[in-house]
Amino acid sequence: MFAYIVRRLLYAIPILLGTTFLLFLLFNVVPGDPALQLAGKHATPEVIQTIRIELGLNKPWYGQYFDLLKQLMTFDFGRSYWTKQKITDMISSGAGASFSLGFPAFIIETAISLIVGLMIALYRGSLLDKTVVAFSVAAQSVSLLVYILAGQYLLAYKWGLFPISGYDPDLIGRWPYLVLPIGIFVFLSVAPELRFYRTIFLDELYQDYVRTARSKGLGMKTVMLRHVLKNAMIPILTNLVISIPFLILGSVLIESFFQVPGLGDLIVKAIANNDRPVLISITVLGTFAYIIFNLLSDILYAMVDPRVQLK
Amino acid sequence: MKFLARKVKGNSLWSDATRRLLNDNFATWSFVIILIYVAIALLVYFNLIATSWQETIGGSREAPDLSKGVLHWAGLDIFGRSVVLKTIQGTYTAMYVGLVSSLIAIPIGVVMGALAGYFGGWVDDLITWIYTTLTNIPEFLLLIAIAIAMGKGVTTVCIALGVTSWVGLARLIRAEFMKHKNREYVLAAQALGGGHVRRMLKHIFPNVLHIVIIGFSLRFVTGIKSEVILTYLGLGAEIGKGSSWGLMIADASGELIQGVWWGLAAATLAMFPIVLAFSLFADALRDAIDPKLRH
Repeated sequence: MFAYIVRRLLYAIPILLGTTFLLFLLFNVVPGDPALQLAGKHATPEVIQTIRIELGLNKPWYGQYFDLLKQLMTFDFGRSYWTKQKITDMISSGAGASFSLGFPAFIIETAISLIVGLMIALYRGSLLDKTVVAFSVAAQSVSLLVYILAGQYLLAYKWGLFPISGYDPDLIGRWPYLVLPIGIFVFLSVAPELRFYRTIFLDELYQDYVRTARSKGLGMKTVMLRHVLKNAMIPILTNLVISIPFLILGSVLIESFFQVPGLGDLIVKAIANNDRPVLISITVLGTFAYIIFNLLSDILYAMVDPRVQLK
Repeated sequence: MKFLARKVKGNSLWSDATRRLLNDNFATWSFVIILIYVAIALLVYFNLIATSWQETIGGSREAPDLSKGVLHWAGLDIFGRSVVLKTIQGTYTAMYVGLVSSLIAIPIGVVMGALAGYFGGWVDDLITWIYTTLTNIPEFLLLIAIAIAMGKGVTTVCIALGVTSWVGLARLIRAEFMKHKNREYVLAAQALGGGHVRRMLKHIFPNVLHIVIIGFSLRFVTGIKSEVILTYLGLGAEIGKGSSWGLMIADASGELIQGVWWGLAAATLAMFPIVLAFSLFADALRDAIDPKLRH
């Protein structure tokens, strides 16, 4: 087990270097000199040169790439071009809001899709199964923007059931603002997840052990709960662990529409204001988190399923 | 004797799959819908319909009016232009993004997957590293990074989508090539003197072609849906240069509060059948070809 973890950790290093370098390349081909943008219209060449040195833009590309890695390791990303705030502070305050929106939504969505997925897999081919699958396929054929727009317009604006948008940093005061975004988040993610879990359960249902359990006289429900669920846990667990970075990242569009000041909202504003350091740091951090959670899910995988280590 | 010789002709995988697809009502209708959308896109491309979509034909944001003719059925936009014509123009943009992004993603995915699966060894290690690197960047963030690096526009959206969405296909193709390369028919081809390229293209590729077609169908769905979101974020089509469902939906985010719902409704209604058709078609194709799914 230990050897496996070390091997996976070592394997993560070239991936981390590859991803950060790719992002570094992408953000460095953007036309326009950040120093010029920062200095404003009436800057003298000396001022621009000072800013350039301050940002490390006078260094060769490998020096700048090394700076990015250093920023990632020390979690110090400098200041935003737009708000002049420290990016680390912006990200940590955004993460709280994103998490308050994402975490409850994630729990509710997972519970609903697991239970319904198990049920329709059990009664596969029935009217219930067909209706649920048809609905989720149809629901996925509409852009998520439409759900957000229509949900906000009808439920909040027209019928006044919820606040239209906004946020209260207070630990309790934030929830009235979050109910509708969470609801829409759940609604958006249930359809694809449901079909995913259904496929997983169906894959397991045709395994030999199910037939064995059935032939020794166990009822379908017992087989489902005691055998199938346990075996299906492996892909389910992977799916859940990998979703966690996205919770922290938040749902970009929902946050932007409901003005929840999370990381997603931060991204949308950074795109609009061409705020490069904020975009770089969020993408690099998001990628870093994704790699870590991928690693974690692989290790969990090996713990749950001993066959994995042998590969 | 002659009639016997005629009877022996067996069913190939594809004739068998085509028969299954034709028997499947969903698949047939999906295919018809896809053809209709392709036809509309072609007509727009050759300037045969919706050419006058930029003309003002009435007041700003006039509500849908069924009595004033087809052009007024879905109301008018802020500049008094027909929403019906804008939606038709948008169909072209959507099909264009779907097609071009697939045409970028599919060849990359097939070539990468085939090389990795067929040769194994360091080629496999390298290609696996490349796509693991790509998949380890959350897709949405990568799309944004590429779109920002390349500047705004429909072409950017296509390239960004193409470059990010080949990985899933490459993985599937890689696994298939690994499985097939040591099968007897490939070994037989080798024994007869068939080189690597011949074995990959002539012998293995036809056996994985269905994965490519399913992949194409699914890429199209991703393309059409992502265009809307990237455009809303301000990374896609620019206002004034053509119309797109993404732009119409993005406009609605400001207009809805004034009760202007028709732009959003028209774009949604136009998008729904084609996305549904492509997803159902991919599913039906999978069912028709994969014998494991025939319970």
